[in-house]
Amino acid sequence: MTDTDWPLWEVFVRSRRGLSHTHAGSLHAPDAAFALRNARDLYTRRGEGVSLWVVPSSAITASSPDEKDPFFEPAADKPYRHPTFYEIPEGVKHL
Amino acid sequence: MATAAAHQTARTHGSAGQEGDIDADDTYQRVFDATVAADERIEPRDWMPDAYRATLVRQIAQHAHSEIIGMQPEANWITRAPSLRRKAILMAKVQDEAGHGLYLYSAAETLGASREDLLDKLHTGRQKYSSIFNYPTLTWADVGAIGWLVDGAAITNQVPLCRCSYGPYARAMVRVCKEESFHQRQGYELLLALSRGTTEQHAMAQDAVDRWWWPSLMMFGPPDDESAHSAQSMAWKIKRHSNDELRRRFVDICVPQAESLGLTLPDPDLKWNEERGHYDFGPIDWTEFKEVLKGNGPCNEQRITQRKAAHDEGAWVRESAAAYAAKHSTRTGVEQA
Repeated sequence: MTDTDWPLWEVFVRSRRGLSHTHAGSLHAPDAAFALRNARDLYTRRGEGVSLWVVPSSAITASSPDEKDPFFEPAADKPYRHPTFYEIPEGVKHL
Repeated sequence: MATAAAHQTARTHGSAGQEGDIDADDTYQRVFDATVAADERIEPRDWMPDAYRATLVRQIAQHAHSEIIGMQPEANWITRAPSLRRKAILMAKVQDEAGHGLYLYSAAETLGASREDLLDKLHTGRQKYSSIFNYPTLTWADVGAIGWLVDGAAITNQVPLCRCSYGPYARAMVRVCKEESFHQRQGYELLLALSRGTTEQHAMAQDAVDRWWWPSLMMFGPPDDESAHSAQSMAWKIKRHSNDELRRRFVDICVPQAESLGLTLPDPDLKWNEERGHYDFGPIDWTEFKEVLKGNGPCNEQRITQRKAAHDEGAWVRESAAAYAAKHSTRTGVEQA
């Protein structure tokens, strides 16, 4: 039975034009064409999407949750990346 | 089998070569506890206690099995649906149940369970599915009673699971709950049509409700003081409300709905309790529940036999698709070389 064990795919759905694809879930399929078809049946039975991506789960490289702090820390000490960092005199418009 | 980097646990409890010492585990436990306490979600690659993982796998697998076994009692009526409209609705509903099973198996897989293994455990009786599906669907009205009562009870159980502490399970439940609403309404509409129909049709609807009412109340599980896993599951925020609390909520919802249907619920003790602000209801026959759970329900054997047969008879489809994919990938490989 194990020789017919289909690989896992991650499914991304674009819910409508103008929005990016969002992760919807995963499924098993023998190849990409089947994965797309299965994703259509599984994740868009009620018009939830206008476009689908399927990606072999094994192709995804993920950041480790243990690295959460050091990995994302650099962003925390750069408040000047946010517009609210800057003081603008009252009354100045369109800024 | 390909495992997803996105699903792999970064560090399992005491895994070799990692900082699996007691201090590190303590830290992980504290992070886990704090995350749950803050009502945030635990995600697949986070550290989690082994017992939390095992509880979730058991619960999600049982839930997934219930969805796919639940296809059988209703599919029983597809070929005999009274109109094309009802037939199309029923097929869509049974297809949804398959979909719900797949969302849930996927959620279980993010915890490291394998699909093959889960199905094997279902087929060999090592994992259970909801007892409710061991009752037969004797008439067309049963399709309505299942939609209204069984799916109604399922929704009452499942809505709080949308806030379950484990992210993938909670997300699967959001999707399931959206779809269950159609299931419940189509059942209610079906029963209403029968109830307002001929005398025979009305009697058929009443008979179905009489048979499904008590098993539906049993779907919430044993009373709180006898529920083995409840306290821990509530501490982990897997479960948000107790069995009895959800059961009470369900009864309160159903009584007025039954009145609108023009049908009665088969419980002489059912009456409004002004003081408690809830309906009182009669005692549940837990002996029956335990018997069905043990495998002595009307359809236990039939459900598993049919499930195994469907799986075995579908083997050639899985094998052919895998062979085609293998052949195709070899060819593509040659072209690319």
